Amino acid sequence: MSSRIELSHVGQTFWVRGDDDKRLREFVALDDLNLDVAAGEFLTVVGPSGCGKSTVLDLVAGLAKPSVGRLTADGKPITGPGLDRSVVFQQYTLLPWRTAAANIEFALEAKGGMTRKQRAERARDYLELVGLTEFANRYPHELSGGMKQRVAIARSLSYEPEVLLMDEPFGALDAQTRERLQEELIRIWRRTDTTVIFITHDIDEAVFLGQRVAVMSARPGRIKEVIDININRDPSGETDVRASREFAAYRHHIWSLLRQLHHAPDDTTTPQELAHV
Amino acid sequence: MSSLIAEKTEARPNPRQEESAKAKGVSLKRRRTVTLSRGFAGLLALALTWELAPRLGLVDSYFIPPLHIVLQEWWSMLVDGELWKHVRASLVRSVVGFGLAIAIAIPLGAAIAWYRPVREFFTPVLEIFRNTAALALLPVFMLVLGIGETSKIAIVLYACFFPILLSTVTGVANVDPQLLRSAQVLGLSPVSTFRKVVFPAAIPTIFTGVRISGAAAILVLIAAEMIGATAGLGFLINYAQYNFLIPKMYAAIITTSALGVAVNYGLVALERRFSRWRPE
Repeated sequence: MSSRIELSHVGQTFWVRGDDDKRLREFVALDDLNLDVAAGEFLTVVGPSGCGKSTVLDLVAGLAKPSVGRLTADGKPITGPGLDRSVVFQQYTLLPWRTAAANIEFALEAKGGMTRKQRAERARDYLELVGLTEFANRYPHELSGGMKQRVAIARSLSYEPEVLLMDEPFGALDAQTRERLQEELIRIWRRTDTTVIFITHDIDEAVFLGQRVAVMSARPGRIKEVIDININRDPSGETDVRASREFAAYRHHIWSLLRQLHHAPDDTTTPQELAHV
Repeated sequence: MSSLIAEKTEARPNPRQEESAKAKGVSLKRRRTVTLSRGFAGLLALALTWELAPRLGLVDSYFIPPLHIVLQEWWSMLVDGELWKHVRASLVRSVVGFGLAIAIAIPLGAAIAWYRPVREFFTPVLEIFRNTAALALLPVFMLVLGIGETSKIAIVLYACFFPILLSTVTGVANVDPQLLRSAQVLGLSPVSTFRKVVFPAAIPTIFTGVRISGAAAILVLIAAEMIGATAGLGFLINYAQYNFLIPKMYAAIITTSALGVAVNYGLVALERRFSRWRPE
């Protein structure tokens, strides 16, 4: 129940108008980007803001088409959105007029082929997976940010996609909630065996979650380096993994990479903001 | 006396505290009673002013009779069925016109908003129509449709149509793009996307237009009835005034206000029913 994602020589350009000269020009968001995600893998992508992380995700989701290059899921070219790939966005995209359970049922209605009763049962199962059973009948405005994002994750998993794409899903949450959800996400990933591509600008998050971390450079967006992460993630959550020496070493390595990109001598474009590190 | 500043900044549990206590901060029951009784006192003051001003000779009691005389007249009109005849005539016209406006404007507005070229083509035209006072067109309606029921229903339809149409266009066109993206990810068809995402999201905005229309329906109808009709509250007000039946005139005016208040409250209640999912 997972599939391999391959991006080869992918480029994406947009038409933009300059702030100063008002001239129309091409903006290269991604250039010759190559990435290979194994089936069942948890890959995190980290990079400075504006480096095209979200563009990569949109392409894999099928929400956008690349200007050049090839994207495949399980060997088949990606031509549009599909139920084999689901997305969790940073902004909560729950339907505010539907309860938590009904929001999950919404995804199942889209998938089709289930009776009302089966949908309700499935929704209950997945709310249980994210620990929100007793909040099934709450409307999104009655849930905290963390709960909303857990419902969104449950909704994305409910139709059993092979690939879960996450675009800074915990970016708007407070630090403690974020850590709890990161642990929960790992637990869910282990249980469901889904391929996960997780976009973030937070180095700690990337190292904590990913089996591999892809570090992106900006302008044009490219994969700078892919780093294998070998740390002992205590499944019981008893030890503070983030305080370990290996964790700090990985963190520092990625931090230096991003810093180096930032101060690269050939970087003649406007100064770019480095994400919070 | 507690001012607005004190009222709005009063200490209460913040949302996180409410969450951890699994409870909501409430104002005490006593507070509610005070609010209601103050409102009632305000109404009483209005009634007393109306009653006493003519009696004390502050205003001419022939042109503004004391309230009890007006209420007596109102009661006798209610008993002999005269009032109901006029209320019914007005209600039928406004309900038909209003209903037609809703039935036509919402689908049309959704269609206009759905396709960008259509929306861009229609927007300026609609702005012109919306800003043309319905009453300015009343003579046109009478010329074309005569002075029968048709012209009065048509003018109500016209007055209600544009607020609903424009709010539908705005509501549908301004749907949260994030919700559309998540519908896209799920591979929802355009029809399902409209039915399950766009339309529910637009309902609160549409309702704003519906409420404006509800008020406009009555306003325009009364004016239309004053010009050419043989029944209806507008006719009754005008007729009573021409014939110096002053208490009757006020009784009809009071009925008009009551009708307006009832329509507005009805629509607010309906709106609440449709948007129970929204934070208060």
